[in-house]
Amino acid sequence: MPLLDIRGLKTHFKTDDGWLHAVDGVDIAIEAGQTVSVVGESGCGKSVTAKTVMKLIDMPPGKIVAGQVLWQGRDLVPLGPDEMQKIRAKEIAIIFQEPMTSLNPVFTIGEQIAESVRLHEGLSKKAALDRAVEMLQLVNIPTPQRRVNDYPHQFSGGMRQRVMIAIALACNPKLVIADEPTTALDVTIQAQILELLQSLKDRFGMAVMLITHAMGVVAEVAQRVVVMYAGKVVEEATVGDLFARPLHPYTQGLIHSIPRLDTAAIHKVRLEAIPGTVPKLIEPAEGCRFAGRCKYVTPACRTATPPLLEVSPGHKVACILHPAAP
Amino acid sequence: MLNYIFRRLLIALPSLLGISVVLFTVLALAPGDPFEELATNPNVPAEVRMMLRQQFGLDDPVWQRYLRWLTSMLRGDWGFSFQSRVNVDQLILQRLPTTIVVIGLSQVLAILIALPVGVLAAVKPYSWFDRIASTIAFIGFSLPTFFTGIVFILFFSIYLGWFPFVYRSDISSTGWQFFWDHFKQSIMPISVLGLFQAASMMRYVRSAVLDVIRLDYVTTARSKGLTERTVITKHVVRNALIPVVTLVALQMPAVFGGAIVTEQIFRVPGIGSLLIDAILRNDTPVIMAVTFVLSCLVIFFNLLADVIYGWLDPRISYG
Amino acid sequence: MADVIADPDSAGAQRVSGGGMLGPGPEPQLGKVVASISPWQEAWRRFKRHRLAYWSLWVLGIMVLAVLLGPLVYKVGINDVDFQSRLAGPSLKHPMGTDDLGRDILARVLYGGRISLAVGMAAMLMAITVGVLIGAVAGMARGWVDAVLMWVTDLFLSLPQLPLLLLLIFLFREPLKQAFGLELGIFILIVTVIGGFRWMPVARLVRAQFFSLREKEFVEAARALGATTPRQVVRHILPNSLGPVIVAATIDVAAAIIAESTLSFLGLGFPPDIPTWGRILYDGRDYMDLAVHWAMFPGLAIFLTVLTINFIGDGLRDALDPRRVL
Repeated sequence: MPLLDIRGLKTHFKTDDGWLHAVDGVDIAIEAGQTVSVVGESGCGKSVTAKTVMKLIDMPPGKIVAGQVLWQGRDLVPLGPDEMQKIRAKEIAIIFQEPMTSLNPVFTIGEQIAESVRLHEGLSKKAALDRAVEMLQLVNIPTPQRRVNDYPHQFSGGMRQRVMIAIALACNPKLVIADEPTTALDVTIQAQILELLQSLKDRFGMAVMLITHAMGVVAEVAQRVVVMYAGKVVEEATVGDLFARPLHPYTQGLIHSIPRLDTAAIHKVRLEAIPGTVPKLIEPAEGCRFAGRCKYVTPACRTATPPLLEVSPGHKVACILHPAAP
Repeated sequence: MLNYIFRRLLIALPSLLGISVVLFTVLALAPGDPFEELATNPNVPAEVRMMLRQQFGLDDPVWQRYLRWLTSMLRGDWGFSFQSRVNVDQLILQRLPTTIVVIGLSQVLAILIALPVGVLAAVKPYSWFDRIASTIAFIGFSLPTFFTGIVFILFFSIYLGWFPFVYRSDISSTGWQFFWDHFKQSIMPISVLGLFQAASMMRYVRSAVLDVIRLDYVTTARSKGLTERTVITKHVVRNALIPVVTLVALQMPAVFGGAIVTEQIFRVPGIGSLLIDAILRNDTPVIMAVTFVLSCLVIFFNLLADVIYGWLDPRISYG
Repeated sequence: MADVIADPDSAGAQRVSGGGMLGPGPEPQLGKVVASISPWQEAWRRFKRHRLAYWSLWVLGIMVLAVLLGPLVYKVGINDVDFQSRLAGPSLKHPMGTDDLGRDILARVLYGGRISLAVGMAAMLMAITVGVLIGAVAGMARGWVDAVLMWVTDLFLSLPQLPLLLLLIFLFREPLKQAFGLELGIFILIVTVIGGFRWMPVARLVRAQFFSLREKEFVEAARALGATTPRQVVRHILPNSLGPVIVAATIDVAAAIIAESTLSFLGLGFPPDIPTWGRILYDGRDYMDLAVHWAMFPGLAIFLTVLTINFIGDGLRDALDPRRVL
């Protein structure tokens, strides 16, 4: 049984102009100890999916319209706030994108780590603070004894993100959702953070749902990849399969648009971009959502939304060009 | 932190000087020169007139007169009130505590009401609680204090007969009765001021909480599994208080204005009513001294707000 | 199929969903048609949603009309003494009752209304003019000019308003009376003094707006096209900073009306024979137990005017400051 099994999840938002279909039928499964990467451009619904798992969406205007979020077999969607509170941080933790604004400026970081531990493991103030120091050590923050009493504004962006990781891992959760953890950081720091995540994963064996729009990061870290576009999953495969044989035109476009330093020196190839922009998701019409930008579009593409079908073992695509495996 | 306080103090001093210059300029510019006027005022005895001429140095250049006035103000040598035949500083010291107590208690009342109501309204914006609370708040700060004051008198004193509407500072009772009597006569002015303040404060609190509640770190707090109650009371309120404190301090000049009005209505013997009486009776030394004292109080409260702000926001003191 | 209306502000090339610079081939993706409206219509729509503000607009409008046109229709004099009907309660003959000299209170309230509204508007105009000027100069000039102007602004903000108001009126009443005549002199004094204490928040607002707008792209574009500084300010920056200023102006009218009535109530406003609302209240307060209507009606008039203005101000804030979208 997968650790986390998202089935047919639909999260919509009420706006003045109608319902916004941010997540419109998404299936993602994560096994214990696995790293699954969810990729797609801004606005495709990856963050909303992650926040829906944690039930961190504002419920109005948001609403889980359909689907299930099965955590170890148990559906989280109907759970009330008390039960969700027991799961958050203890079983599933989340790391957000913006380290500069994700920490409360008026509390020390020691306190921000410790409060999670006190809550879920009932430790005393002193014990929780000791755990905080341990966690800071774990995420490679120098002189943790001293730093534990410092305030967020006294840390750089990269270090704050490490603190966020420390907070996320403090109660030893089974799944860590990392929502674009490196997007707001410098490239060199990005590498450090990813390495850190990887080493922590090796050490503690938790599953990771890594959300990103950088394909290069995916190649480094993930075992499976889920590609999302306009609120739907368009392709899913192991990382090797995805990069070797991308099937969906969108995935192909993504992979071809990665700048390649190694080949650029040898052949001068023009960087391919995918023309057009993401469609507005307010009460979208039927039909493949990528049709407006697709090189291979046919009239059939606009009449019905192609379902996500398994075309070879472990490799699923939602495209009319790739029928299901017989 | 001490560093920060020191810096704020350094900034406060030029403000105080600036205010004194403004005050003095106003008085010096006023045609009919009040200094001149009181020198010829028949109520003023001759010796006092001599002393005043000396003190104000009416024939000296303006800047000298200013410096002399400033130094005597700062020394506490505030002159002699014509009407009361008492030293002005005595008069002020007699009445200042009453004003401070009434203003202080009214602010406490305001905070006790505005904070919980504002937070609750912001947590569920546009709910029925929020709508009712906000509408009441609007009504509250649209009612001028003098109107509410006389309505209170009408209702509580005349109609219900619960509270006296004339303040007496010479209450003869002792022990609990003393406090009870004082309470009965001060509850109305305190409430009038306090409720008016609570109305606008509630809107500020609501606005500040609404701003904070959608920030990222609140989502982080929720993601840790904290109850919504803890998220609000611990994470949100602590941050929302920061702009509220600033606003409360900036409102201080207006609160004093409100106190002046309530002192008139309820005949509370504070420095507000002292000022009005002095103005209506042309008692210049009192006017100048009271205005100066009020300005100092405003600066003091601004400084206090800065200090509290520095204490609440570690980014300022551990900058 | 219906074409999608483009946003008039864009260059016209973009469609609402998908498409764009596609060239021949795929047609734009279709979603729900979202019509576009001008910013002013948008603001009016948001304003109307604030029901209290919307109704307040009507109520205030009626009151203003009553005050302006009332004396033309209701021909009772404000000084018509009638000892027979002293302190009479509201009746058909005297809809708001009479005072201790038998004068009709409705007529006096209508007259006072004109003065209160005139004072309110004039003081607001003064505060806004001074505030916008100082804020604009500080915002554009920056450097030491800004520092000096801000120090002056802070100074004025620290002054105790009511005491100084009283002081200024006390000192300058006579000379102004002599220079401009009784009513006009006091009017000028009160307007200057009230307006003179309300320009500071406006200056700060305008300065803040200028700081942020100055560096925006459209201003830079104007600069690049050779626009002189005054032209940049008047044509580009000022119109965009008007939102908060309009809100502040509305609140200023209410504050000025309260200030004027407070002054009259303390006996330091207009001369005793001019029946401003504050003055009527002042006259009537000693008769609360005998003739409550005397003080009630002017009090209610002040309350209602200020309340409606405050609601309208709140509605304007919702309309012109769209950051809070719920």
